[in-house]
Amino acid sequence: MQHLLGFGIPGVPYGCTYALVAVGLVLTYQATGVLNFAYGAQAYLSAFVFTYLVQNQHLPVGVAFVISVVILAPAVGLILDRLLFRKIAPANVIAKLVTGISMLVGIPAVLSVLFTTSNQYNPPSILFDPNVVYFHLVGTPINGIAVTCVVATAVTLIALVVLMRWTNLGLQMRGAVESRRLIELDGVNSGRVVASAWAISGFIAGLAGVLLAPIYGQLQFSDYAALMVAAFAAAAWAVLRSLPVAVLVGILMGITVTVLQGYLPVGSIWSSAALTSLPFVVLVGALLLVPGMRTLGQDKDPLASVDPPPPPIAAAVRAPEFDRVIKILWYVLLVAFSLSMLTWMPKIWENVFNAGLAYSVVFLSITLITGMGGQLSLCQATLAGVGAFTAAQVADRLGANLLVGALVGALVAALVAVVLATASVRLRGLGLALMTIAAALVFDNAIFAQVATIRGQSINVTSSSVGFGILNPNGRAFFVLAMVVLSVCVVLVLRVRNGSIGRFLGAMRGSSTAASGIGVNLTWMHVLVFGLSGAVAGLGGTLLAINQQAVNTQTFSWSFSLVFVVVVVTTGVSTPEGAIQAGFSFVVLQQLLTYVPSRLGGNSLLVILFAFGALTYVAHPEGILEFQKRRWTMRFERLLLRQRTSSTDISGPDAGATAGDGQLARVAADSDPALDR
Amino acid sequence: MALTANAEALLRVSEVTKTFGGVAAVDGVSFSVRPGESVGLVGPNGAGKTTLFNCVCGQLRPERGTIELNGRSLNGMATFERARLGIGRTYQRVEVFSDMNVRDHLIVSVRARWRQGRLWRDLCNLSKPTADERERVDAVLDLVGLSDRADTSVSALGLGSCRLVELARALIAEPVLLMADEPSSGLDVHETRELGAVLRQVQRDQGMAMILVEHDLEMVAEVVDRTVVMNLGQVVAEGHFDTVMADPIVRSAYLGLHE
Repeated sequence: MQHLLGFGIPGVPYGCTYALVAVGLVLTYQATGVLNFAYGAQAYLSAFVFTYLVQNQHLPVGVAFVISVVILAPAVGLILDRLLFRKIAPANVIAKLVTGISMLVGIPAVLSVLFTTSNQYNPPSILFDPNVVYFHLVGTPINGIAVTCVVATAVTLIALVVLMRWTNLGLQMRGAVESRRLIELDGVNSGRVVASAWAISGFIAGLAGVLLAPIYGQLQFSDYAALMVAAFAAAAWAVLRSLPVAVLVGILMGITVTVLQGYLPVGSIWSSAALTSLPFVVLVGALLLVPGMRTLGQDKDPLASVDPPPPPIAAAVRAPEFDRVIKILWYVLLVAFSLSMLTWMPKIWENVFNAGLAYSVVFLSITLITGMGGQLSLCQATLAGVGAFTAAQVADRLGANLLVGALVGALVAALVAVVLATASVRLRGLGLALMTIAAALVFDNAIFAQVATIRGQSINVTSSSVGFGILNPNGRAFFVLAMVVLSVCVVLVLRVRNGSIGRFLGAMRGSSTAASGIGVNLTWMHVLVFGLSGAVAGLGGTLLAINQQAVNTQTFSWSFSLVFVVVVVTTGVSTPEGAIQAGFSFVVLQQLLTYVPSRLGGNSLLVILFAFGALTYVAHPEGILEFQKRRWTMRFERLLLRQRTSSTDISGPDAGATAGDGQLARVAADSDPALDR
Repeated sequence: MALTANAEALLRVSEVTKTFGGVAAVDGVSFSVRPGESVGLVGPNGAGKTTLFNCVCGQLRPERGTIELNGRSLNGMATFERARLGIGRTYQRVEVFSDMNVRDHLIVSVRARWRQGRLWRDLCNLSKPTADERERVDAVLDLVGLSDRADTSVSALGLGSCRLVELARALIAEPVLLMADEPSSGLDVHETRELGAVLRQVQRDQGMAMILVEHDLEMVAEVVDRTVVMNLGQVVAEGHFDTVMADPIVRSAYLGLHE
């Protein structure tokens, strides 16, 4: 028993930070309906600034705390509310998730650009001295970090309970989660209520951030990402509703981690893999076992019907004749690109475009699952990794060609996706996003590490393992391979989209209630779209590995799953051309940024560009590129219509009247005046 | 006072109970519908009509009771399986597929009803609408008066037209039982009268049974053969419309009139 307590007590400070972040997540969700994926980044931001002010600017701890936690953290919460989340329709779960994810990857990238030389070691404790043991509890020394965590958490939680239970603001916050617009009809200033919730939850994020910092001794964003997953798990058991349950589960998780650390043999697979996977296992448990999580994120707003429908994609509003012109231009571009790649393209850009083709295949999997299936998967890089690692292992063990391995890899990735879909069959929206990110983290921590080497060596892709001259220095054979794979995938995706399955998925996206009511098997559709998406991602993963001539865990880490989603929704998630644009812009921008001095941020700038680009998803859920295409399509067609009208005036009222005119007139009449601004 | 279930019933609902947090929304309801019969299900708000609909369609699972269609128990059967048996439905709050046009609503309904969606057919590009499908779609659209808006996106339609889309989507699947949940909600008087005529016509032409939940009693009187009145989760009366509406219990519970 003494051993157990001895191992468990050091876990309390971790548990306190988990509990605090979980409470912040619950509070934000209760008041705003947003599961804030940016929360870990908010905590990191405050901890970063706090440490920077103390270690680099030598400000007193109290002053640094006031600046970073009391002022900055709530301000960030307010900014997120005012500039982003307030503009998202309550029912648009995917927009809320994408916005949070954009901030999650964007904020650390901004910090790394702004503070390139900052010292992030030995973050100070805000209250008590970390180096002083204040007392012993069951033989366990309790230092200043533990005392600070417990005291700060207790005070914060008591204040929150008072706020939520006994104040008018707390009551209004609880009302706002059902429908912000509905409480406005009761005369409540919902904007003020929601802003207060964002400010308070921002403060809690900042507090958790500065509490966690001294525990690890060095400030790293990965610790905050792990903190966030643990907090998600605690919040999930609380169904994002109950503050006491969130606190209890958070603290229990902290204690369980250190108890397991104490009992599990050091260096064993259990301590390295199972232990780091614990929060994810707890999260998956909540998603599968807590009934309330199945309906999480589903629209409950009685006034949701006042939201406008999503805008159509450009191709849907183009007049047939203009559509033909666009298609011809696409073919011309394709031929010109292919000829260039096969003849004169400089080596450096040849590599870039080849990588773009490989990424495009991976991104097509996001088109399938998000654009067509209407679900957000945060493990697409993981599925790509499953394909790549399987291909490499199969090729090595069976002595087969890597391209044969690629097919096996695609199949295995599809199977993994099917298993994941089957496990999450009752989950939609938020629950599914959490499930997929949990799966990605389990693969990162527990599985990829085991398959990332062959005979103790990292996996390199060689010419002999691929054959057909694909890894020749000129890269043309790879281009042909990648073009064939991408073309086949695009054709198959288009056929599915335009066929019965695409229609069923469209029905499921539009109204799952009505879809099942007409005989669509939602479970089968859910599993099918995951399986297809997994196969495409797996294939793209191997293509990416061949292009990079290596299969490593970094390429397929969970954080890339988030970045991939951000990139694809920025360009357009509804169409295969959106995925291709995403693939190419991802690598071309990466290449262009190599010409920018590295002190300006390098790859971090790329993440920032896409992260902030993805924020446009709030206003344009079809993707900013897709929006621009629609805008220019309409402008061009109106211009065409005006010219035709003037020529009709000259030649007579009936001259030149065609079916296309009707379409053009409709487009002109339907066009959004806001587009002209 | 539930109607005694008889042998030739198409739909037989027996002692169905559904509670929400201890409150019985549907409390031991029993009634049956014969093939080709049109039944009006009326009652005040909160009587449990839509909950009963959801129990029959499989969107809610009752705690007690049995539901049978053509003698086959529906208990434990998923919603989509019930739809494939021939239960068609429209919804109180309009449920349309926002990024589809009217025609696609009907095609997707046909294919889902007869399980015609196959991945391999999609991959082989064999899933384009057939001439037969187009013909049936045109016929149903003509019937409900949406022919001129066949290629319009439903997001560009008003509430009344969306209700017609829902109805057309249900009708094209040739249901043996159509369950219409407040179909006239959002329609003007003229549209309501037309809708009533359409419902009566398709019900007679196709020989399908129908359960109509409706607050417009004039429409109910025109369309249904028999009326079932619910109040506080229970069936309080049933029979011919005029007889039922003259029942003091109904007048008291439903119309709020006291003798």
